[in-house]
Amino acid sequence: MLSAEIKDKYELVVGLEVHAQLLTQSKMYTSDSTEYGNLPNTHISVITLGHPGTLPKVNRKAVEFAIKMGIACNSTITRNNIFARKNYFYPDLPKGYQITQDKDPICVGGEVPVTLPDGSKKSIALTRIHMEEDAGKSMHLAGEVDTLVDFNRAGVPLIEIVSEPDIRSSEEAYAYLVEIKKLVRYLDICDGNMEEGSLRCDANISVRLHGAPEYGKKVEVKNMNSFRNVARAIEHEFERQIALVEQGIEIISETRTFDATTGSTSGMRTKEDLNDYRYFPEPDLSPVIVSEEWLESVRAAMPSLPRELHHKFVHEFGLPEYDAGVLTDSKEIALYFETLCGLTSNYKAASNWMMGPVKSYLNELTLHISDFPISATALASLIALIDDGKVNFSVASQKIYPVMLENPDKSPLQIAQELNLIQESDEGSIKPLVESVLADNPAKVAEYKSGKKGLMGMFMGQVMKKSQGKADPKVATKLLTELLEN
Amino acid sequence: MEKFLSFDDIKKSLENRETDCKAIVNYYLNNIKTKAHLNAFVEVYEESALQQAAQVDSKIASGKAGKLAGMVIGIKDVLVYRDHEVNASSKILDGFVSQFTATAIQRLIEEDAIIIGRLNCDEFGMGSSNENSVHGKVLNAADENRVPGGSSGGSAVAVQANLCTVSLGTDTGGSVRQPAAFTGLIGIKPTYSRVSRWGLIAYASSFDTIGVFSRNVKDNALVMEIMAGPDNFDSTASKKPVPHYSELLHFDKRAKIAYLKETLESPALQQEIKANTLAVLEKLKQEGHEVEEVQFPLLKYVLPTYYILTTAEASSNLSRFDGVKYGYRSPNVHNLESMYKKTRSEGFGEEVKRRIMLGTFVLSASYYDAYFTKAQKVRRLIKEYTENLLSKYDYIVLPTTPSTAFKFGEHSNDPVAMYLEDLFTVQASVSGVPSLSLPNGTDSKGLPIGIQIMANSFKEAELYAFGNYLMDLNSN
Repeated sequence: MLSAEIKDKYELVVGLEVHAQLLTQSKMYTSDSTEYGNLPNTHISVITLGHPGTLPKVNRKAVEFAIKMGIACNSTITRNNIFARKNYFYPDLPKGYQITQDKDPICVGGEVPVTLPDGSKKSIALTRIHMEEDAGKSMHLAGEVDTLVDFNRAGVPLIEIVSEPDIRSSEEAYAYLVEIKKLVRYLDICDGNMEEGSLRCDANISVRLHGAPEYGKKVEVKNMNSFRNVARAIEHEFERQIALVEQGIEIISETRTFDATTGSTSGMRTKEDLNDYRYFPEPDLSPVIVSEEWLESVRAAMPSLPRELHHKFVHEFGLPEYDAGVLTDSKEIALYFETLCGLTSNYKAASNWMMGPVKSYLNELTLHISDFPISATALASLIALIDDGKVNFSVASQKIYPVMLENPDKSPLQIAQELNLIQESDEGSIKPLVESVLADNPAKVAEYKSGKKGLMGMFMGQVMKKSQGKADPKVATKLLTELLEN
Repeated sequence: MEKFLSFDDIKKSLENRETDCKAIVNYYLNNIKTKAHLNAFVEVYEESALQQAAQVDSKIASGKAGKLAGMVIGIKDVLVYRDHEVNASSKILDGFVSQFTATAIQRLIEEDAIIIGRLNCDEFGMGSSNENSVHGKVLNAADENRVPGGSSGGSAVAVQANLCTVSLGTDTGGSVRQPAAFTGLIGIKPTYSRVSRWGLIAYASSFDTIGVFSRNVKDNALVMEIMAGPDNFDSTASKKPVPHYSELLHFDKRAKIAYLKETLESPALQQEIKANTLAVLEKLKQEGHEVEEVQFPLLKYVLPTYYILTTAEASSNLSRFDGVKYGYRSPNVHNLESMYKKTRSEGFGEEVKRRIMLGTFVLSASYYDAYFTKAQKVRRLIKEYTENLLSKYDYIVLPTTPSTAFKFGEHSNDPVAMYLEDLFTVQASVSGVPSLSLPNGTDSKGLPIGIQIMANSFKEAELYAFGNYLMDLNSN
């Protein structure tokens, strides 16, 4: 372990390359299905296999998805999109080249704002986002001498999101990835599942002394299959590289692989040995022109983004930052909440319901909000029931809400009536209860009058008990105060 | 006795009930057998051609026949035809059977053309003599000691020797026009993007075109108008509508014609070809056309530009032939790298390997700008210069080739001398404009001479009409 003193001399510099598999029905350059998990080599046409005489054709949906991501990140959208070939030999690459974008990526620049664990905010600049196709999968089966290749994944559309070397800590990297995942899921362009490989991340990591004008030599780390592992790999590299520099050993530009069991990285190959990919413009595809009309139609169809909803929740609904953060974590929760807030004006109560009873129910049963049985309308009427003084929160959450979960068709009012839970707010009927509680406890009344105001809670409890929880607490408090202050 | 020398002949015979498609196919099948030593055909589709003939005959009987009913077509071995083998004359595609049909061929079949077989060519379309073929060399029927030209040598000889009515070739840098000139035929390279490349095994994607060999302009125009046009499978195919070229052959205008000083002054040009070209220009002048000499100072850059760009594209296009998925795989391999190296070393011929290496070199990081980027810039200059000339003149007239058909082996040890064969044809390929080669007499050895006409992009109708006129003028 390095001492904090030595570590503090150095600055960590990280840039991330994130590949996101797009949720289109068909592949990037053919109409073959992109469905995951089918038998090997069942979604392969002559185009996917690169048969002689075949030509690619751009999937416009994939272009739209890339544009959406660009709009969400404030990138400049390239109007004249030229594709490029990246040439290398590998058995899972059927044409011997990948059709990607080189000099003219669909999205140029842009930024991803992130919030760090301490609440501070930072914006990570993007270099570019470009479109490309995935490769197939080589498989080495037990007992098989030959390598087998499954081409189902070959040609599945990807976008590669390349950040500037703006990231300065593993927390920032983690927060950036969380934000990217949130964005692609809000946009419905990628399921964001890093474990299944629909989101993949490579990290370019270097270190330098604070204040040094130049970046250090960067090392590319691959094979991190979770956000946590990306953070671990960065931490490891930071220490490894500082240790080398401290010993006067030069860092070499290389590709390293992360081992999740040891938490360390090891060299795969040096960059110098790498292929010369011989990029050149793809002559088999005419340029894809993004017209003003097309761009506008994509813009018009953009869903709400997490930061927009967050802003709305804080500034329109007056919620605390914390609530807005929790509620926008998942798109579906945020949209449910937004709908709910269209049906009630008690936004804080709505937020409390979401973050309390609703989330705990979902967490307990590991359900998704789409499986939540209670409609936003029903939940809004439950909130209204409380606001109207018909039931109090504890009755609502402990008695009515569980019944609603079982009987989503019944209205909260109906349930409250059936269970005889409607709150008594008529002074005439509560007053005898209050009087009888005071009559039963003369000693306590005397104590109260001598200044022990804290006894109010005890009296309230007694009144509620006598009313079987139905007395409106506001009315009861008012009557108790009146009678005790006389 | 030679029969069926034009599609008009065939149609007349069919209309007069003197023959049927089955008889026509059998006639050609017999010719193919008699002339088997020319080695034009790689494979004869006897069975499927006779089946097609029977179908077309019944369509004719019920009055539902398409525009090409009775036409028998041979296809170059780089055009794919469903359930038929295709090799691009390469060992690397040994045994490969295509699962789909090229758009161009599909459109001809839909008009009831009969596909009689596939034709020999230079491997992957790379060559000017048809000597680079795993199927062996093709003999020129005009002189069997000489090459038919390339790369579409088999396609040329198939029509020259009357083994089919017309044939399809592909032209990347002259591969239809040069063999057409060597065999006394009409051959067209259409505007780049005019005919879909879906199903054309790529040599150089931004140059490749599908062209036609025929004995007369009308047959050529008819086949072209059916093949051409937009195609969902090829995003680079032009969406411009296709005129009925074969119905627009009438020519009665006074044309403005340019000829290129540098081509006629080229030291490589055979004197008899120069004389015949000048004679045509003189005739045109006498007929009242405006004929002017213009300069084309870029001529010396055309071949280097062409070879840098086409080999770059080829090196990438041919990467897919790796032994993994189909075709030839070397039997003597022990790991992945040796599979790649041995498969490709054994599967490709010398010329193809030379071009893959050259193309890999010009695309490599250290030389990319010096070669590829520069060649792209020069290509733009050549294209602009050519298009500019063709906006001032209706046509550019020039020889198709510097020499007539040469003997086998004559250029085999000198690739650069072989590349010079393309000197006059690559300008249209680099520029993308259409170009037509027409027979223009013979030299003292009786070998055919070709004359080439270029017009501006998508002016195929004008090109065919002028070509037809020139053929009439030459026969008078």
